[in-house]
Amino acid sequence: MAAITLIEAVTLALGHEMAADKDVVLLGEDIGKNGGVFRATDGLQARFGEDRVMDTPLAEAMIAGISVGMAAQGIKAIPEMQFMGFMFPAFNQIVTAAARMRNRTRGRISLPMVVRMPYGGGIHAPEHHSESTEALLAHIPGLRVVIPSNPSRAYGLLLAAIRDPDPVIFLEPKRVYRIVKHDVEDNGEAYPLDTCFVDRDGTDITLLSWGAMMHETLIAADQLAKDGISCEVIDVATVCPLDMATIIESVEKTGRCVIVQEAPRAGGIGSEIAAELSEKALLSLIAPIGRVAGYDTVMPYAGMEKQYMPSVERITDEVKKAMQFS
Amino acid sequence: MPKSASFEVEYIQYLDEKAKPANDLPDFADDKDTMVGLYRSMQFVRTFDARAVAMQRTGKMRTYPSSLGQEAVGAAAGSCLTARDVLCPYYRGTATMLAHGIKPHEILLYWGGDERGSDYKDPMAREDFPIAVPIATQMLHAAGVATAIKIRKQTGRAVLTEIGEGGTSEGEFYEAINAAGAWDLGVVFLINNNQWAISVPSEAQTACETYAQKGIAAGIPSIQVDGNDPIAVKDVTGKALERARNGKGATLIEAVTYRLSDHTTADDATRYHDPKKHQQAQKKEPVARLGKYLMMRDWVKEKDLEALAADCKTEVEREVKIYLDYVENKPQPPGAMFDYLYANLPEKTLPQREEAIRRGTR
Repeated sequence: MAAITLIEAVTLALGHEMAADKDVVLLGEDIGKNGGVFRATDGLQARFGEDRVMDTPLAEAMIAGISVGMAAQGIKAIPEMQFMGFMFPAFNQIVTAAARMRNRTRGRISLPMVVRMPYGGGIHAPEHHSESTEALLAHIPGLRVVIPSNPSRAYGLLLAAIRDPDPVIFLEPKRVYRIVKHDVEDNGEAYPLDTCFVDRDGTDITLLSWGAMMHETLIAADQLAKDGISCEVIDVATVCPLDMATIIESVEKTGRCVIVQEAPRAGGIGSEIAAELSEKALLSLIAPIGRVAGYDTVMPYAGMEKQYMPSVERITDEVKKAMQFS
Repeated sequence: MPKSASFEVEYIQYLDEKAKPANDLPDFADDKDTMVGLYRSMQFVRTFDARAVAMQRTGKMRTYPSSLGQEAVGAAAGSCLTARDVLCPYYRGTATMLAHGIKPHEILLYWGGDERGSDYKDPMAREDFPIAVPIATQMLHAAGVATAIKIRKQTGRAVLTEIGEGGTSEGEFYEAINAAGAWDLGVVFLINNNQWAISVPSEAQTACETYAQKGIAAGIPSIQVDGNDPIAVKDVTGKALERARNGKGATLIEAVTYRLSDHTTADDATRYHDPKKHQQAQKKEPVARLGKYLMMRDWVKEKDLEALAADCKTEVEREVKIYLDYVENKPQPPGAMFDYLYANLPEKTLPQREEAIRRGTR
């Protein structure tokens, strides 16, 4: 067992499933010889051939639409959008075809496909390469939206996504592609697609996050522990469907909740979680639910993205605000 | 000046507007059963459409798109499909869908507002896509099915997809024909050029002289046919599908026809139709044209065609009865809107399903 990064865990999971199931086929821009712009498919074309790791013409709607057609024939299509910011030409296919094919054929046609996209800011990339628009996807009935925050979860959740008979959007937090290594055993074990991960047990407040922001959230929890504040930290991971049972159980215990997301604040996953908590756990709350989020602005270019991204300090400030209630 | 490349677009017609046949008819055009069968398919669609529109006018059908005037395209193209082929239809593809085993009452259910209409029961149609309403999305689905066929090295299977000429302005149309060319996919793209994209006339949609030539830029064989000549449509589509089945790649066909009806029952074409143009088009319509050919060959008499029309009417009524039985006696239970959303409905959604069931059909 080797210590590997999140991106290497993605490659490992893809390779595992391609070896196990000949119906798994990857397609996307530059994913063949080049191994993808982030190297997620590094070496896979050499291993599995050009028919299973297909370099496509440069056309995102085509990548998604052809995946729908392939999946309807039982191919487990795994298209890659090079960056989430370029998914919009494909959005039509994802929303009008992928998400609803099972429903509109009353179960006759299902689409086993996983749309992989690197997402999020913090790598000083050009315009349109840094957004976090997971809420747009999580809003669409018929889709699942999954976001791993570390290498083990990337491996286990991607395997689960590939094996699921319905379309799954798999969002990879590219800022943390290479910052942590985990020992990941290539044992083919998948994680559930509707269960969040309790990373730290705590008693004073529940911190919820997903993707790259899990790292700032865990650092904030460690700092707050030194101040005597006990944080329960949950990696939401499956932002659609949300595992509200685990989240509610935690908030009922701690009575306080701060949600941390990189995406703009308004209409985000955090808004949905806060609404659910206000409906189902209001009487357990001793402080208002806090949200630490990206601003409701266009994602700034690289020069100012640091000021946009939620920081450890913004998280600890919000937690201290909540701790004033008792 | 040397030329880098040059192109031309062929136009295929076997039966002219007066039903005068060309000298070199394809073999099937000499076969009585084939040709009478084709006539019946066209007459059936005409009868079916008229009934669906009439039901809409009396509140028994929702918005419905008629194929009046362009029955030959779908009936002839659909007659070339085998059970192993896959159809990715567009919303005015009634004739093609019927030819591939999709039941008339399924089509009525779909337009009547019932998802069960896309759960095609005929084995021939089990892998067919449901009607694509977002324009041109079906082009890519067809290319995707053809990609699956290619990856699996299956032979003897092809994909047919249809689109209106207005739909060819969509990006996804170009992306699909481009990919089909680049990857040599076994798919036939059939443009049903009925001159109207709702109210926008064909000539306002593009500067191209033909819609067929759009395929030339994608590097695939592209051909124009008289869409009101079922012999031409069947000949060209049959050959294109055969190429596709044999791993020889994609073809683009433009069938030139005319929409003699409103866009849908929610439309009023008198707001934009030129009555003169409409009258001229009426003279070229395909059902009468093929009828004349059948009589000219002495295969049928006027009264045979009348009997055949009556027979179509009986069958349509039988299907209407099945449809109305669903509507009146077998509505979907409210839980159905949840039951096919995912293979495994997320637990979080269960209370909503229970609420819908509890509140019932009121």
